[in-house]
Amino acid sequence: MTDVTMTVNGKTVSGTVEGRTLLVQFLRDNLGLTGTHVGCETSQCGACTVHMDGQSVKSCSMLAVQAEGASITTIEGLAKGEDLHPVQAAFKEHHGLQCGFCTPGMIMAATDMIRRHPEGLDEKTVREELEGNICRCTGYHNIVKAIMAASEAMCSTANKAA
Amino acid sequence: MYDVNYHRAGSINEALSLLETAEDGKFLAGGQTLIPAMKTRLAAPSDLVDLRHVAELKSISITDREITIGAGVTHAEVAASSEIRSTCPALSYLASFIGDPQVRHMGTIGGSLANNDPAADYPAAMLALAATIITSQREIAAEDFFTGLFETALDDNELITAIRFEAPEKAGYGKFPNPASRYAMTGVFIARKRETVRAAVTGAGDDGVFRCSELEDALSTDFSASALDSLTVPAENLMTDIHASADYRASLIVAMAKRAVTMANG
Ligand code: FES
Ligand code: FES
Repeated sequence: MTDVTMTVNGKTVSGTVEGRTLLVQFLRDNLGLTGTHVGCETSQCGACTVHMDGQSVKSCSMLAVQAEGASITTIEGLAKGEDLHPVQAAFKEHHGLQCGFCTPGMIMAATDMIRRHPEGLDEKTVREELEGNICRCTGYHNIVKAIMAASEAMCSTANKAA
Repeated sequence: MYDVNYHRAGSINEALSLLETAEDGKFLAGGQTLIPAMKTRLAAPSDLVDLRHVAELKSISITDREITIGAGVTHAEVAASSEIRSTCPALSYLASFIGDPQVRHMGTIGGSLANNDPAADYPAAMLALAATIITSQREIAAEDFFTGLFETALDDNELITAIRFEAPEKAGYGKFPNPASRYAMTGVFIARKRETVRAAVTGAGDDGVFRCSELEDALSTDFSASALDSLTVPAENLMTDIHASADYRASLIVAMAKRAVTMANG
């Protein structure tokens, strides 16, 4: 067993894990952050997507110890207080979910995608960028719509601020 | 997954000595192949030596036309590098379509090359660009590096530290991705340097990445997509699996080569 310490949603957290403990297991089982989902065994579904040091990663495809010292953001850490994050709000507004299982991973992938495309997003790019996230319910249309709307909302606020 | 001892290396030397003392250790680069393989117990190393914090492996440097990329540079970093985009845009393009964004944030060029998956993208680029693979012990020409399915010339405790190549005048990559895995069902990288054309094919060969002389001959006389119009490549030694037959892959090679040449000329 090894001790790990990392920052999760802005708070320093520590725990004792096995070498083989996956980051997603540490988040769900040790920290009780069950918003991050596990949808597959094959690293394909993206339900486990979190941000490590600001970039989207699959928390099922890395060990908890690999994240030692890193800053992790999960779906629980996205909203500021009571207000939904703009991507969360857009998924709600545009019906970007049905059962909701894929949604935490979709939203974490989407926020990362919007960050990397400050110039804005077109539909083709959004669909390409969602390569690593699978949804069984929606057929993706409303997910794509939600992400484009969020990107527009976030880019225009950023421009106003600048 | 079986349990594993994790070690984090801070330098190349530390990584080598950590691996040396491990019973059955493996280097862990981005882990996007190794961790999933360990989850299914296809791989069960006793120890992992994490390279992600070795700063020496992370630089991209370009002098004149010579490009050197550290083994620890991620696919996302290769795709985002404006220097690489201006000297060898085909390589940026290739990196930007490996796996998915999450995988590209972790996966590295060194990890991909050491794994030598027969359907990985980078081996085709290295072979067509006549790149040199720099290791902790020596320099290996790409030609001699890829030795078979998941096989390379690397010794047990040898670490890839960087790759180096001279930027081509023209290059392009055409990839037909497997719709589920995004690995290449067939990918063709074509590069032209000083009138010499090299074409390397991934995802199709029975024995991994290979150079395709039919493409190279045709394109040496006429470097255009139309030069490939009536070309056929033999299906011998090509792979047949649940995704595609050898014959289908043979025709994909020509189709992807046309896309690559069009990109190179574009
Ligand atoms: S749980 Fe499916 S990709 Fe991580
Ligand atoms: S909303 Fe059900 S899996 Fe996406």
